[in-house]
Amino acid sequence: MSLGNAPNLDLIDNVEDADAELVQYLTFMMAEEEYGIEILSVQEIRGWEPMTQIPNTPEYVKGVINLRGTVVPVIDLRLRFQLPKIDYSDITVVVIVKVRIAGSEKIMGIVVDAVSDVYSLEQQAVSGAPHIGDVENKEFIEGLINVNDKMVVLLDLKKVLDI
Amino acid sequence: MSIDLSQFYEVFIEESFEGLDAMEAELLNLEPGDVDSEIINTIFRAAHSIKGGSGTFGFMAIADFTHVLETLLDQIRNGQRELESQHVDLLLKSVDCLRAMLVAIQNDEPQESELAVELKTQFQAILDGEQPTSPRIEESTEINDSSDTQSSSESQSVITIWQILFSPEPHLFKTGNEPLFLFEDLEDVGDITVRANLEKLPDLTHLSPEDSFIQWTITLETEGDVSEDKIKEVFEWVEDDAIIEISKKAQIEGLGDGIEEEAEPSTQQQTQLPTESPVEPETLDTAIIKDKPAGEAVKTTQVKSADKAEKPASTKSESGSIRVGTDKVDSLINMVGELVITQAMLNELGESDELDANKLAALREGLAQLSHNTRDLQESVMRIRMMPISFVFSRFPRLVRDISQKLDKQVELKLLGEQTELDKTVMEKISDPMVHLVRNSLDHGLETPDERAAAGKGKTGTVTLNAYHQGGNIVIEIIDDGRGLNTEKIKQKAIANGLIAETDDLSDDEINELIFQPGFSTADAVSDLSGRGVGMDVVKRNINALNGTVEVTSVPNVGSTFTIRLPLTLAILDGQLITVGKNVYIIPLVSIVESLQIDTRKVNTVGGGLEVLRLRDEYIPIMRLYDLFNHHDAQTELENGLLVVVESDNEKVGLLVDELLAQQQFVIKSLEANYKKVDGISGATILGDGSVSLIVDISGLIKLAGLKKAGKQGLDFDKPLSEAV
Amino acid sequence: MKRILAVDDSASMRQMVSFTLKKSGYDVTEAKDGQEALNIAQSAQFDVIISDVNMPVMDGITLVKNLRALPQFKFTPILMLTTESGTDKKSEGKAAGATGWIVKPFNPEQLLAVIKKVAR
Repeated sequence: MSLGNAPNLDLIDNVEDADAELVQYLTFMMAEEEYGIEILSVQEIRGWEPMTQIPNTPEYVKGVINLRGTVVPVIDLRLRFQLPKIDYSDITVVVIVKVRIAGSEKIMGIVVDAVSDVYSLEQQAVSGAPHIGDVENKEFIEGLINVNDKMVVLLDLKKVLDI
Repeated sequence: MSIDLSQFYEVFIEESFEGLDAMEAELLNLEPGDVDSEIINTIFRAAHSIKGGSGTFGFMAIADFTHVLETLLDQIRNGQRELESQHVDLLLKSVDCLRAMLVAIQNDEPQESELAVELKTQFQAILDGEQPTSPRIEESTEINDSSDTQSSSESQSVITIWQILFSPEPHLFKTGNEPLFLFEDLEDVGDITVRANLEKLPDLTHLSPEDSFIQWTITLETEGDVSEDKIKEVFEWVEDDAIIEISKKAQIEGLGDGIEEEAEPSTQQQTQLPTESPVEPETLDTAIIKDKPAGEAVKTTQVKSADKAEKPASTKSESGSIRVGTDKVDSLINMVGELVITQAMLNELGESDELDANKLAALREGLAQLSHNTRDLQESVMRIRMMPISFVFSRFPRLVRDISQKLDKQVELKLLGEQTELDKTVMEKISDPMVHLVRNSLDHGLETPDERAAAGKGKTGTVTLNAYHQGGNIVIEIIDDGRGLNTEKIKQKAIANGLIAETDDLSDDEINELIFQPGFSTADAVSDLSGRGVGMDVVKRNINALNGTVEVTSVPNVGSTFTIRLPLTLAILDGQLITVGKNVYIIPLVSIVESLQIDTRKVNTVGGGLEVLRLRDEYIPIMRLYDLFNHHDAQTELENGLLVVVESDNEKVGLLVDELLAQQQFVIKSLEANYKKVDGISGATILGDGSVSLIVDISGLIKLAGLKKAGKQGLDFDKPLSEAV
Repeated sequence: MKRILAVDDSASMRQMVSFTLKKSGYDVTEAKDGQEALNIAQSAQFDVIISDVNMPVMDGITLVKNLRALPQFKFTPILMLTTESGTDKKSEGKAAGATGWIVKPFNPEQLLAVIKKVAR
């Protein structure tokens, strides 16, 4: 599983102002849609592995794994977004992220269909991304942005993982 | 060079807290009228160090305040003043005041306090009182200005010629002083001419190179306003070791050029001496001194500290650091050494291309050794966190003193097993429950002197704190020889509160245990001390939260004993692995009463569908763990599973599980760190195969069961289960 | 490099003295009471010794007496750190064989000035 570290060259070319601040996003696929999260929050990417269930938790909490001695909860993002469930396969990945929730840093895993790409986006373009109207899961969405004629949904991880 | 003193603040504050703890402990040991000089010395030293440090680090309010303390202590120490009990009280208050001032520094708040001013006034009144023995108050913050040797640089050009006679005693060198150094210092004051007088120099056969025989006459020419004190300062260290005569020979105003005033001619033989080059005998001396060490092997060997008594750390302010005895670190280093050896051995085996029977045997042996090393290492690391319980015990002498004064009771406090060790985190959390229990013993347990006399006991009551290890636990007992629990009164109260029925047949011990029930208090009047709305139930809950237990035994008119049992550490748990379907959980061993197969004939279903098992003379409610945890792959038939009977908060329940696996020790990991609190789960651990397993929280589970049932059947499970049956 | 032995039961004072002197290029060894200092000194040589007066186990005065009895410290400058401005402790220290003293409270500059007087 490669993280695809090479920045998207097309994008770099499109950057008019060389001084513009770039933000890197890792994108992944889920139900044909491309989602992006800030790469700085990504710790590592792992394959799917069996995990220990936590009793009486929402279905999207798949359980906990042992990440080098630390107990890390794993959230299925499809289920979190109420998308249809699919079977986990070889390309199912768990993206380990670090987020600051309610004043403390938490390390969590998110299950996504497959990792897609890494984009360097202009900070301005990101912050200017239109806030969307009445769509599902809009509380988790930071904005939408067009990259190479594809639409990428930028996620607000803090909200997604505040469970 | 400028040095940022703030880097030393933390250490200063920490050691000052320690000093104050020591002061407090020793003050409580003091008996007015019979003063142990060693105790006074220790107290004095603590105050003295705080004064020295606070002055140096610029905490002048503390320095000022400790100065009066120190003065009083010095007088007592020197026998100039009798120790009175009011002194002890005042000093104890000062300890509290200084603690508050230190906390203020920690919090970046101003250290000045009204209390300090008030206490200082009281000290002053004592010092100014009957025995006027040179109270040194005015010079409380004197600064040694020795570096300021520069004469004032104002333009007034007065030239003064001084003559200094410096006649050292023979032993001068043995004080480490050196005339040449003095002359060099004198050069900072003005121009000098030095003459050596060799008259007293013995002949060579009697010449001892270690003694000083030369007398010196120095002519000093100073410019501007230089006082005689400035010159005296140079000779300050040797004034007792030499005859020093300073006289002003001439003073010339105007430009300082060409002034040549000869000092009065001496009748003695004089040798002109340039300041840079020393006289012959002088060089002789120096040479001999310098040769000394050459003859000896200059070898530094590490010398072990003779002082093994660790000072108790401050119990008030929680600090993140621990002081670790070198023995513990040494043993840790040894174990790591062994581990490295084992690793090397395994490495070697790993590098071989094929594994024959011999090598396989060696490999197994190596692995066995590795697990042995790992276990040892784990134990050693745990030991690092272990500290003697004296850190907690040390706060009780003061507490007992203050409370018994308030209550007008005579109390003797005995501390036993102070060196018993337990984990630092457990220690921090057990302190408050213990304080509560001791307060309770003093308030409710011990009688007044008159009551005791009437009961035929000595007027002084005793409270004993006793700690010892038992198995993997530490046991702490709080024993008083007071009136004992009033079992009848507790019973009546429990009936009145609906905790028990009048018809219940309970033993005295069972009744006494009721004091740990929520909202139970037998004090007729809510007293200032115990009746703060914090009941024994809170004590019990806090101890339970540490995986510990507390119980009480009591004999009327003989006294009560509260016994706290705690695991030695919170980081490690002795647990039983169980399965529910394919899920593996851990049940803390401490809460397991027994495990059994269920005889379904003894199971009854009572109101609302609650299953209970009749076990000897008890009814044990059955909780199906798969149901509570919503697992759908487990045994659902009672006869196919096993029942683990556990106890929590004096309630016994049976947990239905599929299988029992091994019992072992687990290192507790937090689930909350990255997730959140989960009902019925107290934490997680990592098993030998690397997978995560969750630790069952029994009391949380009972609550969870109550909620679930309540949700289903509207049953109130917060009531004791005995009522529901 | 000049070697200095700094003796004080107060860790903060010891650290301050040690840090200040090390920063000025001295080689500093620390001891937390007279006994420890004496143990160290038995088998070592120092150019200057700075010692607190009031210490547990062995006080500074006793330390000076003991050091002076060792041949290698017969002439070594020994400075007492004292808060007592009263002359009694100074003369007691002098009588025991101390070279001089530094009065607490002092700042790093004052300390260095005094050390320079004896460590040349």
